[in-house]
Amino acid sequence: MSSENGKRFLETDAGGLNFEATELTLGLPGEPRVTSDGGAKLGSKRGFSETVDLKLGDNSQEVKLGHSLQEAAKSPVSKTQVVGWPPVRGFAKRGKKSCKYVKVAVDGAPYLRKVDLEIYNSYQQLLTSLEDMFSCFTIRNYLNEKKTDQVNGIEYMPTYEDKDGDWMLVGDVPWQMFVESCKRLRLMKSSEAVGLGLTTGPKYSSTN
Amino acid sequence: MNYFPDEVVEHVFDFITSHKDRNSVSLVCKSWYKIERYSRQRVFIGNCYSITPQRLIARFPGLKSLTLKGKPHFADFNLVPHDWGGFVDPWIKALAKSRIGLEELRLKRMVVSDDSLELLSKSFPNFKSLVLVSCEGFTTDGVAAIAANCRFLRELDLQENEVEDHRGHWLSCFPESCTSLVSLNFACLKGEINLASLERLVARSPNLKSLRLNRVVPLNTLQNLLMRAPQLVDLGIGSYVDDPSSEVFSKLKAVIQLCNSIRSLSGFLEVAPCCMSAIYPICENLTFLNLSYAPGLQGNDLTKLVQHCRKLQRLWILDCIGDKGLGVVASTCKELQELRVFPSDPFDAGNAAVTEEGLVLISAGCPKLNSLLYFCHQMTNAALITVAKNCTNFIRFRLCILDPVKADPVTNQPLDEGFGAIVRSNKSLKRLSLSGLLTDQVFLYIGMYAKKLEMLSIAFAGDSNKGMLYVLNGCKKLRKLEIRDCPFGDVALLEDMGKYETMRSLWMSSCEVTHGACKTLAKKMPSLNVEIINESEQLEFSLDDRLLVDKMYLYRTLVGHRKDKPEYVLLL
Repeated sequence: MSSENGKRFLETDAGGLNFEATELTLGLPGEPRVTSDGGAKLGSKRGFSETVDLKLGDNSQEVKLGHSLQEAAKSPVSKTQVVGWPPVRGFAKRGKKSCKYVKVAVDGAPYLRKVDLEIYNSYQQLLTSLEDMFSCFTIRNYLNEKKTDQVNGIEYMPTYEDKDGDWMLVGDVPWQMFVESCKRLRLMKSSEAVGLGLTTGPKYSSTN
Repeated sequence: MNYFPDEVVEHVFDFITSHKDRNSVSLVCKSWYKIERYSRQRVFIGNCYSITPQRLIARFPGLKSLTLKGKPHFADFNLVPHDWGGFVDPWIKALAKSRIGLEELRLKRMVVSDDSLELLSKSFPNFKSLVLVSCEGFTTDGVAAIAANCRFLRELDLQENEVEDHRGHWLSCFPESCTSLVSLNFACLKGEINLASLERLVARSPNLKSLRLNRVVPLNTLQNLLMRAPQLVDLGIGSYVDDPSSEVFSKLKAVIQLCNSIRSLSGFLEVAPCCMSAIYPICENLTFLNLSYAPGLQGNDLTKLVQHCRKLQRLWILDCIGDKGLGVVASTCKELQELRVFPSDPFDAGNAAVTEEGLVLISAGCPKLNSLLYFCHQMTNAALITVAKNCTNFIRFRLCILDPVKADPVTNQPLDEGFGAIVRSNKSLKRLSLSGLLTDQVFLYIGMYAKKLEMLSIAFAGDSNKGMLYVLNGCKKLRKLEIRDCPFGDVALLEDMGKYETMRSLWMSSCEVTHGACKTLAKKMPSLNVEIINESEQLEFSLDDRLLVDKMYLYRTLVGHRKDKPEYVLLL
C-alpha cells in the first residue's frame, strides 16, 4: 500500500481484499495512518487472541473479531489522547478547580518560586512571566529565537516534570495538555543541556 | 373540510402546533398548503444549508419564530474546523429586509457576529426572545445591542456560547423602561458585570421567572436578587462562597426559604461546600438539578444534597458522586426521568468514579427513567442486560466509556449483547450513542430492533461494511448518523444512496471512504451536498479517487451548493 506524502490510499488488487485499508488505528492526530512497511506500528491494533487469554465458557461460540485490540487500550486513555474524545463539550470548564500552582526551580538560584499555570494562555506568556520573575537570567525561548543575552549572558532551558515523573522540554505539546500534565518546572542551564543534544526546539506554532 | 371557508380551516390548524404535524398538514392538498403557510408562525430548520432565507420568507410571510441549527453535532468535540460555516448573518439580513415581524430567534451551533446582533436588535420592533446555544463569533457588545434596542425583550438565553467578553456594561444597556424580562441567562459569560445594574434590572422585572448568573456574581448579590425576585422558578447560581457564620449568609438562608417557586437549580460555578445546607429547604420542590458545572462539590456534598430532592425529574451531575452516590439517587429520586453523569476528569482513568454498578442501581430504583447520558470508566454486558430488563422506556440512551474500545472487563467480550438488549427492550428509542468494544453484531441488533431510532452516534466500532449496512437497511426512521473511526467504506456508503434523502445528514470521519465514492455519490444524488473537509493538505485536492477521505459530511438540501464554504472544504 503506497503512502505518498502520508495520504491514505485504497488499492484494490484484482480480487484481493484490502486488509490494510481496513486496519483500524488509534493514532495521534497528524500521524499518517499507514507506514511503508505495513507492519504493526504504534497505535495499531494487535490480534485479539494475542493480547487476551480467551477463556470462554462451555458454549464457546468463538468471538471472531475482525479487528485487533490495541495493547494500549488496556492502559488509561491519557496515554494516547485522541482528538475529540471523550465526546464531552466544555470539559475544560467542568474540570477540577481552576488553579494550578507549580514550583519553579532555577539552576543556581537559592530558592524556588511558584506560578499558577491557569493564569496564562500560552507558552509565550508563561516564559515572559518567568523571565520577569527571574529577571537576571535569560530563558532560551524557542518561540522567539531572536532573544539575545541580557545581563550575564547565561541561557536557560525551560523543562518540566510531567505526571509520569519524566522531565520534558517545555513547548512540545499543546498548551492545555501541558497545563494538565505539568507538576513542576525547572529552568536548566543551557550549558548542561548541550550535552543532551537538545539543539532544536519543538515544532509548534506560537499562536498557541 | 372542503366545505369550510379558509378561516375555519385555519382556526382548526391553530390547534396543530408540532412542526411534524404542520408539515404533514401542508402536504394534504394545495388548498391546505396555502392555508397552512399563511398561518404558520413557528418554523424549525434543522440544517441551515438545506434551504435559503429567501425561500423561507417567501413561503411563510407570517413567520414569528425561527429556529436554526448550523454545524454538525461533532463540532462540539472539535472535529469540525473553525470557519466551516453556519453563519446566521445572511438570515438576519434577509429577514431584516423583508416584512417579517420576527419575534423569536433560536440558534444552535451557529456563527453569530456583533453586527448581526445589532441588525437583529434594530430591525424587529416586536422582538421578544433570543436563545443562543453553543454559538460563537460575538462579543458582549452584540449582547449590549440586544439589551439596549429590544424594547419588549422577554428572553435572553445564552447557553454554552463562546463569547468574547469586553467587560460588560452590557447589563447596564437595558433601559430603565425595560420591565418585560421573563428569562435572563448569562452563565456562560466570563467577565465582570455591573452588580448594581443587575440588582436594579431584577427589581424592575416582575415577570422574571428564570435567572442564571455567571461566576462573578457573588453570594451577597445573590441574596439581594432573591429578595427582589422570590417568584423565580429557575435559578442559576454564580458564585456560592461565603463564611457560613457571616451575616450575609444568614440573610441568604432566610431569603431562600421564601423562594418556594424554585423548581430548577443550576450553576454553583464556584462553591464552598459548607454553604450548601442553605439550599436544602428548596430541594424538596426541585424537578431539575444541574451540578455539572460545580467541580467544587465532592461526592459527599452531592450525596447529601440529593437526599433532599425527592421530586427530582432531571439530574445533571459530575461523576465524583460515585456509584454509591448514584445508589442514593436511586433510592431517593423515584420520579427521575433524565440522568446525565459527566466526567470530572476525562483524561485520568485512575479514579474510577462511576462504573456499571451505579447505572444498574439507577435502573433498579428509577422506573420512569427515559433519558440517559452516562460517562463511565467501564461497562459490562451483564449490567446492560439488567438495565434493559429494568428500563423499557428509554428515548435517549447515550453511553460513553472513556476508553473508546474497552471490552467488558469481566468477560473480555465486546459489548454487543449489552447494547443489543437495550435496543430490544426499549422500543421507543430515538437516540443512541455507543462506545466500548463493539463488532458488526451490535449493528445487526440495532438494525433489527431500533425501529424508531432517529439519531445514532458511533465511534471506534464495527468490523466491516456490514455494520453500517445493517443500520442503513434496518433503521427506517434514521435522520442523523454520525460515525468516526470505523472500518466502514465505499460499499456501505453507496449501497442505498436514496436513503440519504430521507435523512438530515451523515457524518463520517476517519473511516474507509474514498474520494471516488464520494464523487460517485454526489454525481448520482444532486439533492445532496457532499462535503469533504480536508484540513491538512491545503489546496492540494489531487483528486485521486483512491484517496481515503478524512472527513465527509453530507446532507440533503433544496438549494444546492452553499456559497460560503471555506477553502478547505471541497463540495463535490
